[in-house]
Amino acid sequence: MFEALQDGLGSAFKTLRGKGKLSESNMRDGLKLVEKSLLEADVSFPVVRQFMADVTEQALGEKVLKSLDPSQQVVGLVYQELVNLMGPVDNSLHLLGKGEVTVLMMCGLQGSGKTTTCGKLGRMLKESGRKPLLVAADLQRPAAIDQLHVLGEQLGIDVFSDRAQKDPVSVCNEALKQAKKLGADVVILDTAGRLHVDEELMGQLQRIDRQCNPHQAYLVVDGMTGQDAVNSAKAFNDALELDGVILTKMDGDARGGAAISVKHVTGVPIKFIGTGEHLDALEEFHADRMAGRILGQGDILTLVEKA
Amino acid sequence: KKTANILKTDVRDLFKSEGRLIDDAFLDEMRAILFKTDMGYDGVEKIVEEVATKMRGRVVTLEEVVATWKTKLTELMSQDDSPIRFAKSGPTIIMVCGVNGAGKTTSIAKLAHLLKSQGKSIVLGAGDTFRAAAVEQLTIWSKRLGVNLVTGEQGAHPASVAYRAVEECIATGAEVCIVDTAGRLQTQKNLMAELTKIQQSIRKLIPEAPHEVLLVLDATTGQNGISQASNFTEAVDCTGIILAKLDGTAKGGVVVAIKQQVGLPVKYVGVGEQPEDWALFNPVEFVNALFAEIDGTSPD
Ligand SMILES: Nc1nc2c(ncn2[C@@H]2O[C@H](COP(=O)(O)OP(=O)(O)OP(=O)(O)O)[C@@H](O)[C@H]2O)c(=O)[nH]1
Ligand SMILES: Nc1nc2c(ncn2[C@@H]2O[C@H](COP(=O)(O)OP(=O)(O)OP(=O)(O)O)[C@@H](O)[C@H]2O)c(=O)[nH]1
Ligand SMILES: [Mg+2]
Ligand SMILES: [Mg+2]
Repeated sequence: MFEALQDGLGSAFKTLRGKGKLSESNMRDGLKLVEKSLLEADVSFPVVRQFMADVTEQALGEKVLKSLDPSQQVVGLVYQELVNLMGPVDNSLHLLGKGEVTVLMMCGLQGSGKTTTCGKLGRMLKESGRKPLLVAADLQRPAAIDQLHVLGEQLGIDVFSDRAQKDPVSVCNEALKQAKKLGADVVILDTAGRLHVDEELMGQLQRIDRQCNPHQAYLVVDGMTGQDAVNSAKAFNDALELDGVILTKMDGDARGGAAISVKHVTGVPIKFIGTGEHLDALEEFHADRMAGRILGQGDILTLVEKA
Repeated sequence: KKTANILKTDVRDLFKSEGRLIDDAFLDEMRAILFKTDMGYDGVEKIVEEVATKMRGRVVTLEEVVATWKTKLTELMSQDDSPIRFAKSGPTIIMVCGVNGAGKTTSIAKLAHLLKSQGKSIVLGAGDTFRAAAVEQLTIWSKRLGVNLVTGEQGAHPASVAYRAVEECIATGAEVCIVDTAGRLQTQKNLMAELTKIQQSIRKLIPEAPHEVLLVLDATTGQNGISQASNFTEAVDCTGIILAKLDGTAKGGVVVAIKQQVGLPVKYVGVGEQPEDWALFNPVEFVNALFAEIDGTSPD
């Protein structure tokens, strides 16, 4: 079953069938459809433009123009380039050896899914035999501390919080001391949601970063984000030097072009995708699946295999 | 900020004060600016096409080109002065829905704050019985704002909580009841059906309610906003959009596509995390912000 892009490419190229070789202008029409597909998937416009320039050059080469089925060739080419853009993939949390405490920090815009993702990572780590500690460092959002405690209880994982404390930096520092006493080997900091243009709150995040020196700082990004993804991701990366990205809410029908945008501006790997509200809904990121999704066709893999 | 500045210089160079020839290069620059608003492919190409057919080959100034778009979009996005349709008699019921984390609960606090300041008595219904500490979150808001709250047990059916909230509103003679619902992605069939049920249970008490069903949309949302608007509108009788988180750098341009394709207007905008960070949607300001980079009218 071929979806919109393949259909469109097919008909863009078909007009020339029988009349001989595929023309350059015909190829350009086909590539317009690729561009449309990427923009409808919310890939950042400047990234799309760069991508199209690269792909067009290759697509206009002899190999594609003269091939028997140029539409498959082009889709294959586009797909492979997209996969390359989102790689190399690295799903590892880079945990230190047992007996040492690894600190992970979640950060991101409001409502992106940080707290839920803390729970999901905690669950995953617990299942793999680690002893995680969740830290309630969001002192801002009403009931944020309660939310993390509820998740901790559901999972049977310790949660550190201090309701009297006003400064999240102190909470994190205290949590690191507690971690040793509790025998925890992975500490996950749940920070408050903040806008990348909020200087005060970005400063606060940098203070947590400097004082607690998390081994990994992850940006949690809503998978439905549009063109603004490049702005926020860049600002968080500039402030923190991110180590990875987690893309949430991918259980819906969002095409998830933000994955490319965020990878492009930060250069850090996308580690996981969130695929539901339940705490087991966390999957490793796969660039090939994501490329198919962004192009708007789940069956692109079969298509490429045939090509 | 940096990108905005680069953009600004680029475009300013294009439009020297004496005007510029509208050619392919020009149209392509326009595309770059328009796409960044999240207006979407069809919307952008329509504007570009219009400029191309009407103005190609002419030498125009920036102001001329932008002014035509602005007028059109402002017209398209225009709305009533008083966006909440209050019940003619009896209490007004407002239901709030949207995808996960969009800003529903916070928007309810803001709307309650506004209505309370207008002297209205309010009951909130904690219809999110699913998410961890969702009830606690709304409880904190209700206490801070000094408004009445009806809650159900964790795991209680949200339709029954909504029903009881409306019941309480009627019994106490309150003027407005705002019902919170759990976040759900528009593709989740069961959860969307649950939303329909919440609406039905409200109608058991007041057939013409809910008087407003507001869909909360995160301003950072891209093209998925269209799917959100159309699917939520199918499940419940949405009357308008609350565009939350407009205080960042995202422009929320997808609401233009939503207005065109689904017909849902924007009623309010959220511009922060506090109850007072809330405003009536203003089409002129919104459209100006969409084109702030071109105009050079942005404050930074
Ligand atoms: N469908 C779906 N929902 C998710 C996913 N991840 C998180 N959510 C939901 O998104 C909403 C926001 O999640 P939170 O974890 O509270 O987000 P947050 O980033 O901690 O929010 P703030 O602390 O307010 O900034 C909640 O309703 C979650 O249940 C996901 O992968 N899929
Ligand atoms: N900057 C900013 N943050 C906002 C705005 N509206 C809401 N938020 C924040 O966004 C996060 C999510 O808001 P909620 O009101 O909990 O969102 P929700 O839609 O009820 O979330 P779920 O019930 O989990 O689906 C919180 O951290 C809010 O403080 C806004 O207009 N601007
Ligand atoms: Mg949180
Ligand atoms: Mg809520």
